[in-house]
Amino acid sequence: MSPFLTLLMRDIKLAARSGGSAFLALSFFALVATLVPLGVGADLRLLARVGGGVLWVGAVLAALLSLDRLFQGDFEDGSLDLIALSPLPLELTALAKMLAHWLSTGAALTLLSPLLALLFNLPPAATLTLFLSLLLGTPAVSAVGAIGASLTLSLKRGGLILPLIILPLLSPVVIFGAGAVSLTLDRLAPGGALGLLAAFSAGAVLLSPFAAAASVRLNLGG
Amino acid sequence: MISSLTAERLACARGDRKLFENLSFRVKAGQALAVEGANGSGKTSLLRLIAGFLSPAAGRLIVQDASGDSDDAEERGKKIGWLGHHDGLKPQLTVAEQLTFWAALYRGTANADVLAQVGLARQADLPCRYLSAGQKRRLALARLLVSNRPLWLLDEPFAALDTSGQALVAQLMALHCGQGGIIIAATHDPLGLGNESLKL
Repeated sequence: MSPFLTLLMRDIKLAARSGGSAFLALSFFALVATLVPLGVGADLRLLARVGGGVLWVGAVLAALLSLDRLFQGDFEDGSLDLIALSPLPLELTALAKMLAHWLSTGAALTLLSPLLALLFNLPPAATLTLFLSLLLGTPAVSAVGAIGASLTLSLKRGGLILPLIILPLLSPVVIFGAGAVSLTLDRLAPGGALGLLAAFSAGAVLLSPFAAAASVRLNLGG
Repeated sequence: MISSLTAERLACARGDRKLFENLSFRVKAGQALAVEGANGSGKTSLLRLIAGFLSPAAGRLIVQDASGDSDDAEERGKKIGWLGHHDGLKPQLTVAEQLTFWAALYRGTANADVLAQVGLARQADLPCRYLSAGQKRRLALARLLVSNRPLWLLDEPFAALDTSGQALVAQLMALHCGQGGIIIAATHDPLGLGNESLKL
């Protein structure tokens, strides 16, 4: 197995083991989606109207829960030093960690979303759009998040600063993600919004490994 | 294989504080260098500098091998076997899983013999959270062996180990030097390899 796949598989394994981030993110997402209808009340039309936005914000926050540990765990126990000396370039290390984070949170949240859409009385077409928008948009959450995680990896309470850094950067993802669902509800084509989401994700996934690797390098020397 | 590592008038600064300057040494294949000094004198910083995590404030480090001389930090990093202050082990993963992971990441080979060599054969399927500090150190040594790198940088290699563990480290170091490897170790204890030592 290549070093890239080796690191990817290890990070997925760590996320899936007890105390891992995958279960935590899914539970958080499900709880938010359950609590909001309880708070908003049983107005089905209102629920359908806010559903896309609430589920998108819930998904972003759920993915954020485990982002601060993306590099920090390996930094604190000395693994990151050893990974940096391995044949795997730091850029690919960052990409592997991003991909592992996305598979264990973003992809899992996407798969769960149609079930939670039921709680918001979303029609099938809007549910499909929600699913597609999460599938296309959550990679950007992991990618932009990786930059934030690499910047805060040596801070003791980095998890508190991280959302302040990355949430503003993620606002386009939430706007177009929730916007695509709204468009579908209004019987308009969501293609444009989904296309912009895909473009944002592609750009973020391509560029952020370089930014994250540069920041990890700085932190290893600090 | 490396034929020598040379430091020329090396200086290291952390922030405004100068840790050391004008440091020159040369370690040839098959030799070991013990780096000694009080706490905070810069032993770990010197190792991190050689590993390429820090850049020197002045001076340079030259690795000489079959392809000539090079002072490129990235290239040097690919020759380094690292035993840091922290063990770099995950409590959730078993001893065997960790060793397989690191061997694959370093394109080395993990065989069961390595675990037996460091005295962890019976713990292979135990998650690392159940290991003692000394056993974790032994696993870190096993990783050093499977990484299969010529230049070993060891930070306090004897820390947390019992008498037999310390003897094991001495034996592994002698073996590595015997095979033409280079060792630079930050330590308070003598390495017992007839090595030179560097006082910071």
